[in-house]
Amino acid sequence: MKKSIPILLLSFCFYTNVKAQIDPALLKTQPKDSVKNALNMDAVYNRPFIGIGKSPVSLGGYVEVNWQHLGTDGVSDGHQFQFRRLTLFVASTISKRIKFLSEIEFEPAEKEIGIEFAAVDIEFHPLLNLRGGMIMNPIGAFNQNHDGPKWEFTDRPISATQMLPATWSNVGFGLFGKQFNKQWMFGYELYVSSGFDNSIIDNSENKTFLPAAKANTERFEEMASGTPLLTGKIAVRHNKAGELGLSYMGGIYNKWQDDGIVIDDKRRLDVFAIDFNTTIPKANTFITAEWAWVKVNTPSTYTEQYGNKQQGGFIDVVQPIIKRNIFGWKDAVINIALRAEYVDWNVGKFKTTGTNKGEDIWSIMPAISFRPTSQIVFRLNYRYQQQKDILANPPAKTGGFNFGISTYF
Amino acid sequence: MKRKYYVILYIVFAVVFIQSCSKFEPIAPAEDEILDGPIEGLNFGQSRQFLAGDVAFNDEIFTSQTGLGSVFVATSCGSCHAGDGKGTPFTTLTRFGQIDSTGNQFLHLGGPQLQNRALPGYTPEQIPAGAKFSKFTPPANTGLGFIELVSDGDILAMADPTDANGDGISGVPNYEYLPAFVQPFFNATPRNGKYIHRFGKKASAYNLLHQTVNAYNQDIGITSTFNPKDVFSGNNIDPEVSDLTVHNVVFYLQTLKAPIQRNQNDAEVLQGKKLFSQIKCASCHMPQLTTGISPIAALSNRTFFPYTDLLLHDMGSALDDGYTEGSAKTFEWRTPPLWGLGLSPNSQGGQYFLMHDGRAKSIEEAIQLHGGEALQSKNNFTQLSQADKNALLKFLKSL
Ligand code: HEC
Ligand code: HEC
Repeated sequence: MKKSIPILLLSFCFYTNVKAQIDPALLKTQPKDSVKNALNMDAVYNRPFIGIGKSPVSLGGYVEVNWQHLGTDGVSDGHQFQFRRLTLFVASTISKRIKFLSEIEFEPAEKEIGIEFAAVDIEFHPLLNLRGGMIMNPIGAFNQNHDGPKWEFTDRPISATQMLPATWSNVGFGLFGKQFNKQWMFGYELYVSSGFDNSIIDNSENKTFLPAAKANTERFEEMASGTPLLTGKIAVRHNKAGELGLSYMGGIYNKWQDDGIVIDDKRRLDVFAIDFNTTIPKANTFITAEWAWVKVNTPSTYTEQYGNKQQGGFIDVVQPIIKRNIFGWKDAVINIALRAEYVDWNVGKFKTTGTNKGEDIWSIMPAISFRPTSQIVFRLNYRYQQQKDILANPPAKTGGFNFGISTYF
Repeated sequence: MKRKYYVILYIVFAVVFIQSCSKFEPIAPAEDEILDGPIEGLNFGQSRQFLAGDVAFNDEIFTSQTGLGSVFVATSCGSCHAGDGKGTPFTTLTRFGQIDSTGNQFLHLGGPQLQNRALPGYTPEQIPAGAKFSKFTPPANTGLGFIELVSDGDILAMADPTDANGDGISGVPNYEYLPAFVQPFFNATPRNGKYIHRFGKKASAYNLLHQTVNAYNQDIGITSTFNPKDVFSGNNIDPEVSDLTVHNVVFYLQTLKAPIQRNQNDAEVLQGKKLFSQIKCASCHMPQLTTGISPIAALSNRTFFPYTDLLLHDMGSALDDGYTEGSAKTFEWRTPPLWGLGLSPNSQGGQYFLMHDGRAKSIEEAIQLHGGEALQSKNNFTQLSQADKNALLKFLKSL
C-alpha cells in the first residue's frame, strides 16, 4: 500500500522537527492511511480526524458491523447480525505540546459505554512525554493498535481478547518517548496504573481469565491490591526490517488487605509479550504477529481449574493481490489474508496424573478483503477452530463464515 | 472495466457462501458417539426445562461471588461430569469417617466429604487422623431418569441376600432413612422406616433430587433451601441456588438420553454379549430393566439396557477401602451401569479410569480387580481363550 500523505507528513515531523512532535495540525488532517509506518504506540493519534473549522478540537471514530454464520459440532447458531462497536475519538490541542485524546466505545451487545482512552499528553522533549488519565496498558501490540478498520478480520485475535484483556484501560500515569535516527525508530512507554483483581482466578469462565477484570469498574476508583500495576514497553523499528516490541505488565493483583487487616498473601501477575510487524518489500506482504506469556500466582490449595501459566498469540499475513482503480476508487485494494492463532489457558500438567491440562484452542482463518480506500474495509473470513476442555477431551470443532464492514468516519 | 468483475466476483462469492454456509460448518458427531442430549419424545415445555437444566449443570460456574466454597471440591457440575461422562483423578473426590452402619463418626471434623480445595485466603480440609476414606471418581450421568423409575419391587426381585440360588452372588439393597426434603416414591417398599437407595457408588442417594442437593452442597459448597448447611462454617445460611434451578437440574438428569450401543449387530460383539451372560457378568450387570409410570411420558414403561442390578455386592478385600455409607459394608459396592462404557475415554481425557476410584486404566484391568462375589466370574474371564476375551471386550466397548 502506498503511504498516504498524512503518514508521510507525520513521519516527516517526527524525523525533522523534534519540537513539533505534537503538532496541532496533525489532528486536523484529512483521512489517514492505516499503513503501518509509525510505531504501534503512535496508533492513538495515527487515525483519521476531522477538524472543525478553526476549533482546536478534532473528531473521528470507527464502526464495526458484521454478519456471521458459525456452528460447533453440527449445532449451527444460524445467521447472526452483530453490531460490534462504535468508537468515537475526540482530540484537542490544549496548548503547545499539550494535547488530549479520548476514545469512547459503545458496545450495544455489552450494554456498555466504555472510556477506553482519555489522557493528556505533555511533551517536554521527544524522549520525555508525560501521559495521565485513562490509559491503555501497552501490553503486546493489539491493545495499542486495535481499530477495526486496520484489520482484515472481523474478529479480534483470541489471544488478545480472551487471554490478554484487549482494550484494557486503567487510570494511570506514565512516560513515553521516541527517538529517530535515519532508518531507525525507537520508542518506550512506562506506566503505573490501577490493575487487576481476584476475578482473574475466580470467574464464570472457569479458567484463569485476565479479561474478567475488565468487568470490575471499581478499579477506576479503588484498586484491589492497593499497589500499582506496572506496564512497560520498548519498541524498535527499522524502516526496512519492521517493528519489534517487547512489553511487560505486572504487579500484585489480589486484595490482600482490607481496612488495614491482612486477609491473604500477596499474589503477583506477570505478563510478557513480544510483537513484530513488517512489510516485505516488493511483494508488499504485511505480517504482524504477537505472542504473550502470562504467569499468575495461585494458591496451591486452590483448584487447578485456574491455571498459573498461559501462553498464546497470533500471526496475520496480508497479501495485497489487486491494487488499482475499482469503481473509481483510485487506490482500491483487494487482499487475501490468513490468521493463525493459538491460546493455552492452562499450561502445565495435572498434579494427580501428570498428563497435560487442555484448555486450549487453535484457529485458522483465511480471509479476503476489499478496501476501496485504506480507511474502510469489507472483509470475508472463514474460521475453523478446535477447542479442548481442561481434561483434553476430544475438541469442540467450530467453523463458519464472517462478513463484516469496518470503517473510520 | 475489467476491475468491476473482481468486485462483482467478491459479492457473488459472498452471496454464494451466505446461501450455503452451514455446509462449511463442522458436522455433528454421530448420536451414538456422544452421551449428552435429551431422550426422544419430550414436548416443547419439557425441552425448555431440559435446556434450563443443561445450562445450570454445564454452564453455571460458581465463584466466590455466587457462593462457591469457601471450601469446595469443584466449581460446577459440568467440571466433574464433562460431557455428562465419567471423570478423572482431577475430579475425583474423597469421603471419610464411616466404617459401619452406625453412621459417620467424623461429621464434626468435616465428614463425610473432604473439601480438598479452598478459595484463596482459606485453608482446605485435611482427612482427620484415624479416619478411613475412599476416593470416588465421577460416574456418567446418562440415562439416570430410567434408573430412577425402576420399582423397589424389581430391585428386590434381583436381590438374593442369602444366595438362595447358590451361584455365589447375593446382592443387597442399601436401606437408609430419607432426608426430610425427599419424598418417597408412591410404590416404595420401606423396611423399618428405611428406604432402598440406588444412586452413587455405595447406593446411598435415594433419587436424583437427593443426589443433586448433596452435590451442590458437598461438591461445590452451595446451599439450598433443601440443605441450607454451609460446609465451611457448619451454619445454616441463605440458599445459594434457587429451588427452581435445583428442579431444572433434576429434570435435566431425568431426561438425559440413555447411551446408545454401537456395532450391536457385529458378529464379534454378539459373541461377546453371549459370553457376558455365560461367565456370569450379567448376574450383577443386569442387561435389561424396566421403568414404571412417570409423568414424563417418554420415560414411562420403558425397557432399557443399563447393565446393573442397582444392588450392593461384596467385591472382595482389594476393593475394601474401610469406608462406607448407609447400610453398605465397607467391601460392598453398587454394581455400576456399564452403558456408555466404551465412550468413557471421551470424557476421561483419552484414557480409562474405571472402578470406584478410577484405579483401573483399562476394561480388562477393571475385570481383574473383581473379587468377592465376582471372583468366580472374574476367573471365568481369565480362563477364556484370547479370541473370546477380545469378543467380550469388544462387546463392552460397544456399550
Ligand atoms: C467434585 C466433582 C463433582 C461435582 C462438582 C459434581 N459431581 Fe456428581 N458425582 C461425582 C462423584 C464422585 C459421584 C459419585 C458419588 C457417589 O458415588 O456417591 C457423582 C455422582 C453423581 C450422580 C449419581 C450418578 C449415579 O450413577 O448414581 C449424579 C446424578 C450427579 N453426580 C449429579 C451431579 C450434579 C447435579 C452436580 C452439580 C450440582 C454434580 N453432580 C456435581 C462428582 C461430582
Ligand atoms: C458380583 C457382582 C459382579 C459381577 C459378577 C461382575 N461385576 Fe463388574 N462390577 C461390579 C461392581 C460392584 C463394580 C464396581 C466396583 C468398584 O467400583 O470398585 C463393577 C465394575 C465393573 C466395571 C468397571 C465399571 C466402571 O464404570 O468403572 C466393569 C468394566 C465390569 N465391572 C465388568 C464386569 C465383567 C466383564 C464381568 C464379568 C467377567 C463383571 N463385571 C462381573 C459387580 C460385578
